[in-house]
Amino acid sequence: MATFLSREACPTIKNILLLDSEGKRVAVKYYSDDWPTNTAKLAFEKSVFTKTQKTNARTEAEITMLENNIIVYKFVQDLHFFVTGGDDENELILATVLQGFFDAVTLLLRNNVEQREALENLDLILLCLDEIVDGGIVLETDGNVIAGKVATHSIDDGAPLSEQTISQALATAREHLTRSLLR
Amino acid sequence: MAQPLVKKDDDRDDEADYSPFLGIEKGAVLQEARVFNDPQLDARRCSQVITKLLYLLNQGETFTKAEATGVFFAVTKLFQSRDIGLRRMVYLMIKEISPSADEVIIVTSSLMKDMNSRTDMYRANAIRVLCRITDGTLLTQIERYLKQAIVDKNPVVASAALVSGIHLLQTNPEIVKRWSNEVQEAVQSKAALVQFHALGLLHQIRQNDRLAVSKLVTSLTKGAVRSPLAQCLLIRYTSQVIRESGVNNQTGDRPFYDYLENCLRHKAEMVIFEAARAITELTNVTTRELTPAITVLQLFLSSSKPVLRFAAVRTLNKVAMTHPMAVTNCNIDMESLISDQNRSIATLAITTLLKTGNESSVDRLMKQITNFMSDIADEFKIVVVEAIRSLCLKFPLKFRSLMNFLSNILREEGGFEYKKAIVDSIVILIRDIPDAKEGGLLHLCEFIEDCEFTYLSTQILHFLGNEGPKTSDPSKYIRYIYNRVILENATVRASAVSTLAKFGAMVDSLKPRIFVLLRRCLFDNDDEVRDRATLYLNTLGDGSVAETDKEVKEFLFGPLDIPLTNMETSLKNYIQDPLEEPFDINSVPKEVKSQPLAEKKATGKKPTGLGAPPAAPTSAADAYEKLLSSIPEFAAFGKLFKSSAPVELTEAETEYAVNVVKHIFDSHVVFQYNCTNTIPEQLLENVTVIVDASEAEEFSEVGTKPLRSLPYDTPAQTFVAFEKPEGVPAAGKFSNVLRFTVKEVDTSTGEPEDDGVEDEYQLEDFEVVAADYILKVGVSNFKNAWESMVPETERVDEYGLGPRESLAEAVNAVINLLGMQPCEGTEVVQSNSRSHTCLLSGVYIGNVKVLVRLSFGIDGAKEVAMKLAVRSEDVIVSDAIHEIVASG
Repeated sequence: MATFLSREACPTIKNILLLDSEGKRVAVKYYSDDWPTNTAKLAFEKSVFTKTQKTNARTEAEITMLENNIIVYKFVQDLHFFVTGGDDENELILATVLQGFFDAVTLLLRNNVEQREALENLDLILLCLDEIVDGGIVLETDGNVIAGKVATHSIDDGAPLSEQTISQALATAREHLTRSLLR
Repeated sequence: MAQPLVKKDDDRDDEADYSPFLGIEKGAVLQEARVFNDPQLDARRCSQVITKLLYLLNQGETFTKAEATGVFFAVTKLFQSRDIGLRRMVYLMIKEISPSADEVIIVTSSLMKDMNSRTDMYRANAIRVLCRITDGTLLTQIERYLKQAIVDKNPVVASAALVSGIHLLQTNPEIVKRWSNEVQEAVQSKAALVQFHALGLLHQIRQNDRLAVSKLVTSLTKGAVRSPLAQCLLIRYTSQVIRESGVNNQTGDRPFYDYLENCLRHKAEMVIFEAARAITELTNVTTRELTPAITVLQLFLSSSKPVLRFAAVRTLNKVAMTHPMAVTNCNIDMESLISDQNRSIATLAITTLLKTGNESSVDRLMKQITNFMSDIADEFKIVVVEAIRSLCLKFPLKFRSLMNFLSNILREEGGFEYKKAIVDSIVILIRDIPDAKEGGLLHLCEFIEDCEFTYLSTQILHFLGNEGPKTSDPSKYIRYIYNRVILENATVRASAVSTLAKFGAMVDSLKPRIFVLLRRCLFDNDDEVRDRATLYLNTLGDGSVAETDKEVKEFLFGPLDIPLTNMETSLKNYIQDPLEEPFDINSVPKEVKSQPLAEKKATGKKPTGLGAPPAAPTSAADAYEKLLSSIPEFAAFGKLFKSSAPVELTEAETEYAVNVVKHIFDSHVVFQYNCTNTIPEQLLENVTVIVDASEAEEFSEVGTKPLRSLPYDTPAQTFVAFEKPEGVPAAGKFSNVLRFTVKEVDTSTGEPEDDGVEDEYQLEDFEVVAADYILKVGVSNFKNAWESMVPETERVDEYGLGPRESLAEAVNAVINLLGMQPCEGTEVVQSNSRSHTCLLSGVYIGNVKVLVRLSFGIDGAKEVAMKLAVRSEDVIVSDAIHEIVASG
């Protein structure tokens, strides 16, 4: 019976990783206790990276298994996106989460999906991770909605005008968002 | 768009590795965090600093407790700013720091304010932050707001509250369970994800209530569930309900199967796949039920998306284990996947094909695999090797091409696990397919010529020694084996010497030549090698062409029928207390299992009465033997044959706890009553057990050993001995009464009063049964052991066991009835299987080896039939086993 318990629960995401072309962290988020220490996390990232490095995941999301986990992944330029779930998870749910993450990041980085741009907008990436999955449970899978939530950087009512500078910095992001929504 | 791109390229030329966080340093960033305290907050600057802090944490940097507290308090100041972007970063930061309980209070009011703000983004995020850091007491304060949030018209807010509820259910279930009305309402929400989260939470709240889950599923499978994710959840819950309700026996229909089948036509692939997978995992799924699921999975196989192909082939692979025929339709699509870019998909496709393939396709398949093997990792190769092994066992006629394949890959590069998998496979094939033996042995010989793994070399040499002499031309293996003696390390040399000796012992014509080789080994520079050579030269005769004595063969190469742990204990005891006479291997007990003594915990704790067990016994059988031989009355009974596990004669938690251990000797039985007095105010003296053996005609009482005193909580024993006909498995029922003198004890001083009262205490009955006369002694290779028994001693009969709960239950009942050792893991019955074969071995009283082969079958009405075949060293014993079963 124990084997069925996990299956009956909600689909669970174990981690989301965004690594660079050398396997170094850009941003990562772990939701499970499978990797308790930073060393364990780094080791996992390293083996995931080495295992997937040579594959071509640039057009379609690819998939592999590692240590009883299923990992779906996608590469763009020098960025590697990974989503990990348990080995009895529905692969297509994981792929949907990956796609949502990837679409949202693409929108937020205004199509410049590369390491430097990602680091310069790390706050957006971190907020993006926060809006996709909460404690392992999928919050939202639509890239447009996720990017929309992250980019609503307007000032709340009655705020002094001087504080609006940051929203201007993000105006382009929103503009791009609306464009892609209309498309 | 073009403008910034060009500019960027210029930048990159200057500094290729530019990162905004280059040279970032924790101390400096913590200094920077002082801007949080500025009276005029610069929201943008603050956001940047928080990003830097989060970057550090994300890279694995840790903050000390003081640093974290400092950052936390500084961050709380930022609630003054009304910049949404900054507020979001503050939320993130608080979650990352996970403040301690006393710190949480500082932000609670700010977060509660945000929870009731007009800005939806504030509300949703504040709920998630607060629920993440809160504890039970705070939760009751905010419960009202959370309930409201669940039914909030903004889906983001509702989802935030629901997801937080799912997390909180782990820590504060009683609070979250009060929200079920609101959650129920949210299930009807029009927003796709709200429905998904609400369904997840509702199910978790009700998961222990089968009826409620069943109702939930019934109502939702009819209605419209919008989000694909919620649909997936519903499929999972539906299969849970199906699993728990079972098949409708009248119509043979499964409830809700139609719903699952409908989901196969859903527009989202995620849902289609979830439903297909659920169908394949139904218990006892029929081919008719499987077909639609297999059809959609087959379509997925030719998808352009790797994830879809992987999901489909992985599921089909699992189906192929139980229903290979159902998957054969996909074989053509599967074959095209062998060349898939994704190696995981290719491996799964191959192993599936190996499971479903038929005899005619084997050769073609092997050709495809050969090309494929060179470019996959070892872990995949092992999977393929194992699949090929089972294929070969399925189609023994094809062994030639499969064996060739195995020997080819054995010669290629590979790690230990991979090579071991190949060698194991070849060994299994040699054992099970007689025609494959000679070729397979030569493959192995060639392999050890160039094998870097000592473990594998020794294993192969051992195997060669067993199988080689039985081939048509044993002499051709000698060269390979002797080469090991010349070229290898000491461990391999030693096993090569043993292997040579086996050839010498089994093949008389080779003996003189083997002797020449063994004599050379006497000059080896390793002790073990020389010792072995000397032993064999001295025991195998004089080196002439003569048959080796059977006893010598048995001694040198027979299986060691003693469990190694028992052997170790006996040897240790012997060394501690060396006797004049040499160590006798026959004195080692053969019982496999050693139960810890029930009274073990009490030894040495308090002053014990007569016959107290010796301190720290290492195994039950060992300890019993010591204990019994220390009692002069029983010393003359001879060698202890078997001691049973303790049988409880009292209910738990009664005044006196008594259990009995049955010791069986050749013509006696001794009952050891382990008594414990659980009343602190009492001291028992002259404790005996009065045994009524009127229902055990063949037994007559020959003596008792009373227990002089039984103080509180100090277990002690009293014994009763019976005589019975020699070597006969006499059975009978014994009823018992505990008789003693009870004395009151002053618990403050521990002194007993002088006067006692005689009293009796009724104990439960127990029986001596046939199983008490059989020792659990395993054999390592049942097939060999079975074939070495004289076929004439075999007795076969069939029995009907009547209706049983399950096959496993029937198998266990028979094992327990016979009290024999299950071999080769055959006591485990695969779920769903309708037949099972169980192999048992044991030693019957009088030291007669017995082997039993049980074949079980179960029909639709749960009627179990059993075929029992017994072989033993004595026909009478074979008959006796049948009698046990017939009367059991």
